[in-house]
Amino acid sequence: MTLQKRTLITPSPAATAEVAMRLASLLKPSDVVLLEGGIGAGKSFLTRTLIQHCQDHPEDVPSPTFTLVQEYETNIGPVWHTDLYRLYGPDEVIELGLIDAFEEALCFVEWPDRLNDLAPKDALTITLTPLQAEDSRSIEFTWTAGAWASRLDPVFQDQWI
Amino acid sequence: MQSATRHLFLGLESSCDDTAAAVVAIQDGTPEILSNVVMGQSALHAEFGGVVPEIAARAHAERIDICVTQAMQDADIELEQITAIGVTAGPGLIGGVVAGVMCAKGLSMATGKPLVGVNHLAGHALTPRLTDGISFPYLLLLVSGGHCQFLLVKSATEFSRIGGTIDDAPGEAFDKTARLLGLSQPGGPAVEQRAKSGDTKRFRLPRPLLDRPGCDMSFSGLKTALLRTLDSLVNDQGGLFQSDIDDICAGFQAAVGDVLVEKTNRALDECAKQLSYAPTLAVAGGVAANAYLGDRLKDLCASRNIQFIAPPLRLCTDNAAMIAYAAGELYHLGITHGMDLSARPRWPLDTAQPALLGSGKKGAKA
Repeated sequence: MTLQKRTLITPSPAATAEVAMRLASLLKPSDVVLLEGGIGAGKSFLTRTLIQHCQDHPEDVPSPTFTLVQEYETNIGPVWHTDLYRLYGPDEVIELGLIDAFEEALCFVEWPDRLNDLAPKDALTITLTPLQAEDSRSIEFTWTAGAWASRLDPVFQDQWI
Repeated sequence: MQSATRHLFLGLESSCDDTAAAVVAIQDGTPEILSNVVMGQSALHAEFGGVVPEIAARAHAERIDICVTQAMQDADIELEQITAIGVTAGPGLIGGVVAGVMCAKGLSMATGKPLVGVNHLAGHALTPRLTDGISFPYLLLLVSGGHCQFLLVKSATEFSRIGGTIDDAPGEAFDKTARLLGLSQPGGPAVEQRAKSGDTKRFRLPRPLLDRPGCDMSFSGLKTALLRTLDSLVNDQGGLFQSDIDDICAGFQAAVGDVLVEKTNRALDECAKQLSYAPTLAVAGGVAANAYLGDRLKDLCASRNIQFIAPPLRLCTDNAAMIAYAAGELYHLGITHGMDLSARPRWPLDTAQPALLGSGKKGAKA
């Protein structure tokens, strides 16, 4: 499969939050979202907004950098928020139980390069890039398999600001 | 704890990167640490930026056996002399927590001694009583690993959260700042060292949430501000001078300090409202290791004429003495647990408080 891509620009954190909430409407357990972008790009912000949006009583969604994995119960099912930055590689990913979670939960994976070839073929990659304007972000969606081309329509359906 | 009998408590801690065991004696409410063994990973910082985590339950299990044996030897006691076995049952890395709970259950079954499940955060929160014997209530600023919160500690089982971070903890902010600047890990000491020769005024970084009421904090935005500062320096002069790094570290540390001091001040006000007086302030966790931040909090307390307690660092970072001591407090309240004690990866101390909403939360559910 070839790499496919859709991109949008959000001018503010509120707009990035709106994208997160629209993503919540189309994602489900067993979807795997790989989050790319450097420190401060907004990976945790996007995930936090989405998780809290899917809870009747929103919980704390702290950064998973120290704990590696945070699990949440939400209206769309179990959600895993993981940060693999501190891991060595695929062996530790398996030890963490992430491969099983790929089947059962909606998984958000920060620093997914640690997965090597363990990343599911139909994973959605979201790349966040800070732009020149204050708080503006480029949000790029890429994938090689899966029905993401049509599934992502709600995110792009109209202007969010 | 009025009993004149000397009770011995074994504590097990394996909820984070380290594995630890300790024995604490309590007599007439006065604790004494008989042994305190930590098998750390701090030597293995690697090039990653951050301590290498131990995920494997079996690695924790192997280490905790060694830790327990060593802790008993150091305390020069036998298992039969123990009153109860305390163990961290969460929150933390699941593999580690499970290994600790399994080991404690095994020891409890083999010896017939009661089992006490302890919340890791409660262990930190009660440490000022272990080290300085202060009485309830007191305000605790807990800044440990991924945690950062203000807790009004009313008893060994009652903690009310006054505020906390809505995103990153300060420890993470220091680690990530060090990563961005190419400094060594862990980031706290590296940034503090460079800040010493830096100019706090040259780069004005934001003070997130200071303009809003309440005691909640945010440190995530500092990363973005740092990135922009770095970008503009690199664009203007083609790279960074050593003095730039010093000044950025100083500016960053000053920003964190301003936020912590102002929010601590507000948390003390909030406690004063509830108690009709401002209580003692205790700090626990790695932030206590930062002399600059510690001094600023000390100054705040001096200006308000309030007692300031900062337990020694080895008892502020993850350790099992705090778990043994907390188990002792719970045991004296009549709290023990059965073989159904389960590991809880997430276990907020104060579940009555609403969640800390991210600043991006908008719409009907906000």
